[in-house]
Amino acid sequence: MSLAIEGNRHGRASGSGGIDADRIFHGVTFGAAAIVLAVLIGVFISLLVGAWPALRTFGLGFFVTESWNPVTEKFGALAPLYGTLVTSLIAMLIAVPVGLGIAIFLTETCPRPLRRPIGIAIELLAGIPSIIYGIWGLFVFAPFMQTVVQPAIISTLGAIPGIGFLFFGPPYGIGLLTSGLILAMMIVPFIASTAREVFLTVPSVLREAAFGMGMTRWEVNRSIIIPYVRSALVGGTMLALGRALGETMAVTFVIGNAHRIPSSILSPGTTISAAIANEFTEATAGIYTSSLIALGFVLFVITFAVLSAAQLMLRQMKKKAGE
Amino acid sequence: MLNRLMTTALSAAVLAAIGFASVAQAADISGAGATFPYPIYSDWAKAYKKKTGTGLNYQAIGSGGGIKQIEAKTVTFGASDKPLGGDELSKNGLVQFPTVMGGIVPVVNIKGIKPGELVLDGKTLAEIYMGKITKWNDPAIAKLNKKAKLPDAAIAVVYRSDGSGTTFNYTTYLADVDPEWKDEVGVNTSVEWPVGVGAKGNQGVAANVEQTQNSIGYVEYAYALQNKMTYTDMINKAGKRVAPKSSAFAAAAENADWSSQPGFGVILANQPGAKTWPMTAATFILMHSDAESAANSAEALKFFDWAYAKGDKMALKLDYIPMPDKVVKEIEQEWREIKADGKPVYEAKM
Repeated sequence: MSLAIEGNRHGRASGSGGIDADRIFHGVTFGAAAIVLAVLIGVFISLLVGAWPALRTFGLGFFVTESWNPVTEKFGALAPLYGTLVTSLIAMLIAVPVGLGIAIFLTETCPRPLRRPIGIAIELLAGIPSIIYGIWGLFVFAPFMQTVVQPAIISTLGAIPGIGFLFFGPPYGIGLLTSGLILAMMIVPFIASTAREVFLTVPSVLREAAFGMGMTRWEVNRSIIIPYVRSALVGGTMLALGRALGETMAVTFVIGNAHRIPSSILSPGTTISAAIANEFTEATAGIYTSSLIALGFVLFVITFAVLSAAQLMLRQMKKKAGE
Repeated sequence: MLNRLMTTALSAAVLAAIGFASVAQAADISGAGATFPYPIYSDWAKAYKKKTGTGLNYQAIGSGGGIKQIEAKTVTFGASDKPLGGDELSKNGLVQFPTVMGGIVPVVNIKGIKPGELVLDGKTLAEIYMGKITKWNDPAIAKLNKKAKLPDAAIAVVYRSDGSGTTFNYTTYLADVDPEWKDEVGVNTSVEWPVGVGAKGNQGVAANVEQTQNSIGYVEYAYALQNKMTYTDMINKAGKRVAPKSSAFAAAAENADWSSQPGFGVILANQPGAKTWPMTAATFILMHSDAESAANSAEALKFFDWAYAKGDKMALKLDYIPMPDKVVKEIEQEWREIKADGKPVYEAKM
């Protein structure tokens, strides 16, 4: 900082120092960006090194084995991998439409005096620490699921042939579905507030022109506003998905922590982050710790893949829009 | 003259205070490990600090972490709920001794059943946790509880999802009474549970059992008491029905053969004796026999010496069981193994 100022002063005196100052400024900002890269690569390498004993011992079998047995020291990542993906999928299926709905309501149809209170409420929801969601989920939401929601689901959806296998079993209250719902609650505010911000960037000229042509509200939203902000929406959604994939505390409370792949979404399961949070402190054997780090590595790769896929989708969309 | 004296006295006092503070600071005992004994260690530490000025910096990071830290020599003592075997102790040059004990109790949530009303035996408990007994009115449970009204309902099994010494001691007991458990599930701080849901910590298991109708779980005795949970009685090795209480845990310690294992690494599961509670567990301290710093190790041993002598009442108040006096004598004998320059760092007053 002081260097840059120094450079400026020098510049004023000699006339050529301005370029020096620019160079220093560039160096400083580049350094800041390089730190991020260095951290990212450092995390990747240390995860890989830590996971190596497990990956070498179990090979590719690590990714397709359901069994997780600390006694015989046979570990497989399939159950937590499955739980992570299923809970995030449930969360996204619910949170994306709800979040978008909130954002459209707030920017398009909400009476003006209500906009601020609802907006603030959503931001407050985003600020609640995840441990609070976990405790609330275990003590309030899970009993409600167990006594009201799950029995209803089992007797209705569970009886439908074809998809019934997804909704059977005893109502434990906690499990994949409960975790998915809690995750949905946690990421709705993310999606809603990013979507609201980007909807506000749509020029009112566009909107007014569309209405002027006699389009209905539904048509304006569907064909004008959402296409206009599509890339930002995808970005916000992917960030929310990233949070859902990695969420630890809240999920640990309500997932049931069972290293199994149940066919029913009402059954207990586990996720990658929940398994690590549960078992890391007491994992004594080298291969046990290494397997947990390998789980972390898998999560890192998934998150990376999700973000890359989002980038790819954006590029495709832009190309399509260009044509 | 008076003024000058005052100044000298004051500055001496200040200097002494500074000196004293820095000595106390330097002598703080550092330890890390098991969470189970954390409440009693911190109570002992508070009382000890008040008396001697020496503090204890104990990080409750879990038994696995405690073992890792002491092996890496970053702490003066490590604490573990799972005793290390003779090989591991000698490989790392460690001395091991127990400090306090606790009981593990099965807790249930069945409508109309009161604490201590139900009784189970080890075999039945193992079969419930293996998913072989799935209903509360199963003949095996009904045979033990002729008077109780058992519902025709599925048993919801709850276990600890985090690795814990409690699980280690619990599975040790189940493996001891049921060979099938030993072969198919085994013993560890966490195992591959055949059925049920996992909850984090004693508190999590307690909360899950309290909320789930027809459930069963296992928690440390203190948690069952504090949460007023419905515990069950057990049939012990002698075939007698016992209720979980301090005297029953103490009986297990009295009847155990402590010198049979290196480092007192006796697991108190399924000990003999008519009054013995079958699921009793001790928690252990690990220290290097070749002391890194003689002064630090001596301070730590002094602290435990004081705790054995004066800490029993505090332990009982928190529902821990103090070590029997004859075991303490053997432990203090063992402390002579902790040496620096070939000499024991601390001699307990016996």
